[in-house]
Amino acid sequence: MKHRVRFTKLGKIRFLSHRDLARVWERGLRRSGVRVAYSEGFSPRPRLSFGLALSTGYESLGEYLDIDLHPDADIDPADLPAIVTPSLPDGMTAQLSVPLVPGTDSLQAAVTSSSWRIEVDGPEPAALADAVARALSADELPIVVERKGSETTLDARPAILALSTATEEIMLPPGVAPLRTSTLLDAELATQPRSLRPAELLRALDATWHEARVLRTHQWTLVDGARCEPIPLGDLGARGATSPTHAEARAS
Amino acid sequence: MADVWARLEPHLASVQKPARYIGCELGAEVPTPAPHRVGWLLVYPDTYEIGLPNQGLQILYEILNERPDALAERSYAPWTDMEEVLRREGFPLFSVDTHRSADEFDVVAFNLSSELVYTNLLNCLDLAGIPLRSADRTIDHALVGAGGHATFNPEPMADFLDWVVLGDGEEVVGEITEAIAAWKASGSRDRIDVLRALAGIEGVYVPSLYEATYLPNGCLEATTPIDSAAPAVVEKRTIADLGAWPYPKNQLVPLTEVVHDRLNVEVFRGCTRGCRFCQAGMITRPVRERPADQVASMVQQGLRRTGYDEVALTSLSTADFSGIEDVVKSAMDDEVGCGNVSVSLPSLRVDAFTVGIAAQIQKARRTGLTFAPEAGTWRMRQVINKLITEEDLYTAVESAFEQGWRRVKLYFLTGLPTETDEDTLGIVELARRCLELAKANGKDGSVTVSVGGFVPKAFTPFQWFGMNTEEELRRKVNLLRDAAKKARNVQLKWHDTRASIVEGLVSRGDRRLSAVIEQVWREGGTFQEWSEHFQLDLWTKAMADNGLDLDWYCYRHRTEDEVLPWDHLSAGLHKDFLWQDWRDALEEVGLEDCRWTPCYDCGACTGYGIEHVVASAVPPAGGSQGTGQNLLRGGEVPVTLSARRPVGVGA
Repeated sequence: MKHRVRFTKLGKIRFLSHRDLARVWERGLRRSGVRVAYSEGFSPRPRLSFGLALSTGYESLGEYLDIDLHPDADIDPADLPAIVTPSLPDGMTAQLSVPLVPGTDSLQAAVTSSSWRIEVDGPEPAALADAVARALSADELPIVVERKGSETTLDARPAILALSTATEEIMLPPGVAPLRTSTLLDAELATQPRSLRPAELLRALDATWHEARVLRTHQWTLVDGARCEPIPLGDLGARGATSPTHAEARAS
Repeated sequence: MADVWARLEPHLASVQKPARYIGCELGAEVPTPAPHRVGWLLVYPDTYEIGLPNQGLQILYEILNERPDALAERSYAPWTDMEEVLRREGFPLFSVDTHRSADEFDVVAFNLSSELVYTNLLNCLDLAGIPLRSADRTIDHALVGAGGHATFNPEPMADFLDWVVLGDGEEVVGEITEAIAAWKASGSRDRIDVLRALAGIEGVYVPSLYEATYLPNGCLEATTPIDSAAPAVVEKRTIADLGAWPYPKNQLVPLTEVVHDRLNVEVFRGCTRGCRFCQAGMITRPVRERPADQVASMVQQGLRRTGYDEVALTSLSTADFSGIEDVVKSAMDDEVGCGNVSVSLPSLRVDAFTVGIAAQIQKARRTGLTFAPEAGTWRMRQVINKLITEEDLYTAVESAFEQGWRRVKLYFLTGLPTETDEDTLGIVELARRCLELAKANGKDGSVTVSVGGFVPKAFTPFQWFGMNTEEELRRKVNLLRDAAKKARNVQLKWHDTRASIVEGLVSRGDRRLSAVIEQVWREGGTFQEWSEHFQLDLWTKAMADNGLDLDWYCYRHRTEDEVLPWDHLSAGLHKDFLWQDWRDALEEVGLEDCRWTPCYDCGACTGYGIEHVVASAVPPAGGSQGTGQNLLRGGEVPVTLSARRPVGVGA
């Protein structure tokens, strides 16, 4: 039985790579006594599938993972976050878990965009606001990006679904330093058909700017045209979800 | 500023593998400094991924943090990109546990497991803002120490180290802590007071309290105490009972990739197989087994606590552990692993019995099997006292191919004493015969041969041997390459012969090499054990600049009466025992394992009033076991462990 889990990646552990994260989850599940189904074959591995990779160094309030539990795993899926979180390092908290209806799209296929909070190094606040306005009114924003080792030019503009400067603070757990509020961007960037990374967005705005801290705040799927998280967030709250009810109905 | 983290964090995105520097491992401690606690910074002078798994460092980390009068944090050599950040921004070396600056610790202690990391040690001291030379340090600087196998000849590092531990660290770190705490409490303003106190602790060597003098011919005359607190000979420390030290209890579980990334449980310490090239086997005597039930509980609790799905039962020859089969079986049956726990046995003995155990534990992931015959002919193996018969190897390999392995890896040394080209070429011949056995089984196997240049080490019977020149080692490697090309499916790998020379230089070097090591470091020679950073010319130039002769240090046979740089230190072994063993080697005479046969008085037990701790009074089954008898059924050598009859070896 597959379960979808939403979790955070905050603080010092933001420097773990995507591969490290998989290792941490495998061990965390074993430590917490949650039995996971293993793949068949010569070298059996626990059946875990992760969503979109988060770049090493970026933080997130909403990462996702699908866990295929062993048929004999005797736990209530709603309890999974509470069971596994103590076995995860500081900064990783499993928040929610739901069982998946068989045939549900994989995270890779389902997620169409991510929301980001980006702390920008370089500009004055006014210059940042100007750049946002310019980008939004542009028809195209060509940038050179590296994909699989070779450089290509792509138009960043279609992948920018929303962009604004931000001032309000996002509450982070104790022990995680707050983001600097003077030059913050909120952006929603498409992951399909082509993904645009926060660092690439900044390059499209001004080649001399760099991201300081980057926080993924949401991942979005489209369900019948409505934008919702891969798990209904309930009390956690999803700023900007258009109609979570339908997704909730499907997920439960 | 105490916490380096806030300043470091913005730079982490720009370095490779930033997770090396964040700490946060399961098992990591966040100790609170206090005036009455002696603060230790334990440094492994290589990268995080090499250093983190080091069990010695982890054991001491736990023992110190359990003490109310001590605390311990860890640091690793920053990779070159991070070093650049630290130097550019003026950041100090820091601990990964709380990211405190190195200058906040009372003690900076290094684990020295190989000689090629010595320049990294200097680099770490420099980054920590500590003067390189002991003589230049004041009361405001940390006490700089070292332990680990390489410290059995610490002389090349004598100018840089305030103190050195010889042997097991479990007990002695507590005594060092107490001596330093008492010194701090005394209000003494002089480092000599604490150095004297340290020199009074058994197993602790304080190099600055000794003077080395040289003869006109360049040889060492003597290393003698120049302070009444310094003993004429410093004996190593040995813990009598491994069972009293069930550490690590909270093995560190890294969040990022490291070598040996698995649960490690040390099943015994010490080895009496008596391989003459092996420093570890000589300096860690006697054999002290951990009780089997303690091994089982450490495995079980360790798997539960860490979430690992692999456990290594470590020692210098794990198949020799009494009751190894039961221990392996209980580890595999552990319910936590749900049948998915794999057990690995590093240092496999070469025989079919071992392969049987290996088959049992590698049910799922049967990738490759590694043996270390070490030499290509029986004659050569008698010289080095690695008494594996050809039959042992062939039955082991045949059994491996029968049971489904396809790849076998064989470790060898070249450049051994008395080695002829026939011995060298015997290496490929053995590999070729192994492949024939695979073919006879209808399998298309492959054999990888890994060859290292032999480096003589202190406190071994080969400490007098002038090692092969770099040219000679290279010639032998080329002989092997040509021979391997003709043998299908034999892959040959070899170590950089130039690195072996530097290892040889430093292994048996004296205090005059301190200037050489410092110069190599000043000219940028860090990470010398990494092939992409190793630079032989830095070493040869530094030798020449300091008026020293590399050939004299490396390639010269020592005579019986020559004073060796480590003669004022002791691993318990009588020098005349080692000399006799060296003579026996040259006469191709093997020596049995004293664990199961009468004592031949090497000195390691008798000198310290300790004994072997082994649960079984008979050798395990399989192979000839170095006894010259067929022991396929095991237990055929009748011995009593209590009867300690010194036998005059070769007399």
